[in-house]
Amino acid sequence: MSGQFRLADGGRIDRSRPINFRFNGKQYQGFEGDTLASALMAHGVRVLARSFKYHRPRGTMSAGIEETNALVQLVGDEDEPNVPATIVKLREGLEAESVNCWPSVNFDLAAINERLWRLFPAGFYYKTFMWPASMWHFYEHFIRHMAGMGRSPKTYNADDHYEKRFHSCDVMVVGAGPAGLAAALAAGRSGARVLLVDDQREAGGDLLNTATEIDGKDAMSWVAESVAELAEMEEVIHLQNATGAGYYDHNFLTVVERGPSHGWIRERMWKVRAKEVVLATGSIERPMVFTNNDRPGVMLAGAARTFARRYGVKPGRRAVIMTNNSDAYDSAFSLADAGVDVAAIVDIRESVPETVAAKAAALGIEVISGHGIVDVDGKKSVSGVAIAPLSDPSQVRRISCDLVCTSGGWSPSIHLFSQSGAKPKWDADQLCFIPGESVQSERSTGSACGRFALHDCIGEGFAAGAEAARDSGHKAEAPNAPVTSATEPLAIEALWEVPSGRRGTRAFVDFQNDVTTGDLRLAVSEGYQSVEHVKRYTTAGMGVDQGKTGNINVIGILAQNYGLEPPEVGTTTFRPPYSPISFGVMAGIDQGQLIIPSRRTPMSDWHEKEGGFMNEAGLQYRRPLYYTKNSETIAEASRREAKTVRTSVGMYDGSPLGKIELNGPDVVKLLNMVYANSFDTLKIGMGRYGMMLHEDGRMLDDGITFRLGEEHYLMSTGSGAADSIYAHVVRMLQCEWPEWKIYATPVTAQWAGMCICGPRARDVLVKLGTDIDLDPETFKFMGIAEGTIGGFPTRIMRATYTGELSFEVNVPARHGQAVWKAIMEAGREWGITPVGGEANGILRVEKGFIAPGVEGDGTTNLFDAAHGWAFHQKKKDFIGKRSVDRDRRIGGPRKELVGLLPDDSTFVPPDGSPIIEGGTNGAAPVMVGHVTAGTFSPNLERSLTLALLMEGHSRKGEKVTISLADRTAVATVTDPIFIDPSGERMRS
Amino acid sequence: MLQIPCPWCGPRAEDDFICGTEADRKRPKDPSALSDAEWADYVFNHDNIKGNTGEQWWHFRGCGRWFVIERDTVTHEITPIEGGGMK
Repeated sequence: MSGQFRLADGGRIDRSRPINFRFNGKQYQGFEGDTLASALMAHGVRVLARSFKYHRPRGTMSAGIEETNALVQLVGDEDEPNVPATIVKLREGLEAESVNCWPSVNFDLAAINERLWRLFPAGFYYKTFMWPASMWHFYEHFIRHMAGMGRSPKTYNADDHYEKRFHSCDVMVVGAGPAGLAAALAAGRSGARVLLVDDQREAGGDLLNTATEIDGKDAMSWVAESVAELAEMEEVIHLQNATGAGYYDHNFLTVVERGPSHGWIRERMWKVRAKEVVLATGSIERPMVFTNNDRPGVMLAGAARTFARRYGVKPGRRAVIMTNNSDAYDSAFSLADAGVDVAAIVDIRESVPETVAAKAAALGIEVISGHGIVDVDGKKSVSGVAIAPLSDPSQVRRISCDLVCTSGGWSPSIHLFSQSGAKPKWDADQLCFIPGESVQSERSTGSACGRFALHDCIGEGFAAGAEAARDSGHKAEAPNAPVTSATEPLAIEALWEVPSGRRGTRAFVDFQNDVTTGDLRLAVSEGYQSVEHVKRYTTAGMGVDQGKTGNINVIGILAQNYGLEPPEVGTTTFRPPYSPISFGVMAGIDQGQLIIPSRRTPMSDWHEKEGGFMNEAGLQYRRPLYYTKNSETIAEASRREAKTVRTSVGMYDGSPLGKIELNGPDVVKLLNMVYANSFDTLKIGMGRYGMMLHEDGRMLDDGITFRLGEEHYLMSTGSGAADSIYAHVVRMLQCEWPEWKIYATPVTAQWAGMCICGPRARDVLVKLGTDIDLDPETFKFMGIAEGTIGGFPTRIMRATYTGELSFEVNVPARHGQAVWKAIMEAGREWGITPVGGEANGILRVEKGFIAPGVEGDGTTNLFDAAHGWAFHQKKKDFIGKRSVDRDRRIGGPRKELVGLLPDDSTFVPPDGSPIIEGGTNGAAPVMVGHVTAGTFSPNLERSLTLALLMEGHSRKGEKVTISLADRTAVATVTDPIFIDPSGERMRS
Repeated sequence: MLQIPCPWCGPRAEDDFICGTEADRKRPKDPSALSDAEWADYVFNHDNIKGNTGEQWWHFRGCGRWFVIERDTVTHEITPIEGGGMK
């Protein structure tokens, strides 16, 4: 039941714990410790996927995250697309499917693409589907269906939790292979705080895949002892299943930990600030490039070794090895050990090093030097290879086999190194890029910096860890490396592609995106010279695998075609994350409601309970837009509220209004500088409207500042500007005028503010009971008084945004809800209504009260907005004066604030509607203004708007045309104030 | 995620702060004495140096103070300034 390719013993799997799983609907069995790839391989399942463009059958070609062919869709409760089968941990009940094929992976209709391959070279979509242009949308429908791989999850699994964690450490070590373990040991022994992360299920790195000895014992014993020693160290955290995902500025790194807490946290992101970093990220093998090198059964030599040694699976029965270096011989010997018939080692090198040649001979393996594979037989599974001397590709010899293991060399994983901002350099002896000079506090060790001998990895790992510990302030020493089995030198020779000697053949460099050597040559012949351009034009390296096995081959082939060396071609920019990460772990707990935490006022509960329709209202506040009674529409509710305010009394929650306490002898200097108007004569107990400008003369914010005492003022800002105006004031005080003696304290959230407005407002306060003298002669319009109301301490301001008699009652926030309820109760006999944002909008438009961001655009100054009275020319200097002076000196036609009364008094033009002129006799109309805010006024029973209109101040009484989606409307220009222009009501 | 050294609180992650403007940017003492071109240059034009440059940062999630650091805009190397650097 475990599969005809399963070895009877050996490997890091547990044959006593079978696991049942399904692939493409068929039931299989594997073992604890298997990946999906190894378990399927044990059953001889070869075709796992269809390639992206040509839909060629593909099988597993690697044993790790670098897998570029065998991407699967996990289905069921772990719905996830495009996961490499080589990293899917086998678990009971796992279900997976092939992607990019229909109806099945073994019979895929889209394989027609393979027959038409000459029509689909790199960049074909820039040259096809272009004509006729009107047909694009038709073509696009099909292209969209063909493009992409896998399916996005359709359901949200509420049981999946993701979290993030901050961590600081002295030494962070990425990689727990021999070099990384050594580094962590040396650093940990010094007492440094160490974080060791590794993306595999267990520590050991490549020691898990090879038969090596350390100190005369199996290398995994040394791994186990090291892991145990690290576990005892209190200052060491050791994570497996944790990928070093990104390296950012100032030694800030991210780690994505998978399944840290089974059934609870699905993934955790660590955000780490490390004093020192050791990169022991290992290296990844690359394939050789030859015709049909993508067939199921062609895989990396090291991967074949891994499947045999680590997973107890024979990748095939009869193998041919194709290599340009000596490490592949070790893979061949491992396969022979596992009972695979190694038919031949095809070595491109003319002379093969004696050690490996002798060992091959002893095992009866034929070594064919100076040769390369020129073709692979078999479509859904390798059935044989054609080999030929490199000097004469026509002299073909065929060898039957079902497994081809290729090794084109090893590429150090310099991704994190490069992300740190440093540049790699080329190692011409080992034909790979290795880390160059560090720019951050990091160092690489082990095969990550091109050191492939095990003894060097451990010895230099110790040294790197000790150095990192010392650099972080600890005393550390590097112990001597233990005795290890010898590592055969790589002795690699360059052959970036094996010439096939025939036309019309395809050799793949990027399997996932179906990029061939022909595509690279096409890009070169079309003039693409930069490796970045070639990457984007051919899409080489742009798949889920980010070119981990393909990029160096691409660079080598480009170098050949350009007549350069690989370092002159260079690498493309490495970008985090190192491997795909989920949106879930990037969001962490910031999902649902927590994506934008909303601000509440002390009365928010009441609004929600009493039918308030809560709305995003700026600065993350959710405020009631209107309150529904008896299933009113929003229009009915808001008009009822607005009418009640002007005929009786209403109340709105103004708590979000910005409030800043200003104390000190120099407060007036600040007010005079930030506001256009003057505050010299403001008396204690009174407030003054202030208009704040930007330095470029545009309106920044407006509000009323009150004087509470000799040196005590209270500034108020627009509700959406509370934070930004406070920041503005702080900046002025600390950076521009630090000599002024002023304390500025933001108190917006400390006070609950509720505005009682309407002709009956005073009556409500009297009924509620206050020790404040409400006589209009004493408590004048714009005055502020302190006292108690209904027994609670209060500040009351006679300020309004509605234009009616208003009392803004402020109480300490904790009393807000109680006072609000008391006011609603006291106002009941006059039919007091709560007032929402929509009604407030109606009321302010009726009164022509501007909102600086609405009745002003990037060109509007306060004179344009009919607020020139707030500009105190006599002040020598204030923020914005110089720019407004220039506006007035230059003059010329400007957009100015007016009111509009539409001829159709029931029609409200939408906000933003353009006001146009011309547009007759075929000429295009010209925009001369726009509607800033329109409403239907229940108090005047007609529609009205505010608008900006070119030279509007001198056009009152004229008719203008408003442009709408499907027609135009005519309106008359008026003053931008429609009710009580003299302000009697609010001063009453 | 830069690490910015607040002169009073110590090194903190970048999102503790808001970046302000160039270190030597100061509002002219007498704007009316400037020509339109000079005034526009102050209001609209900012230096954008490649290399080491002084910047004002605000520790708005911490002590609330403004201070100056030098930052290399290419390498992000940061040089703190003794005493915070605000004049």
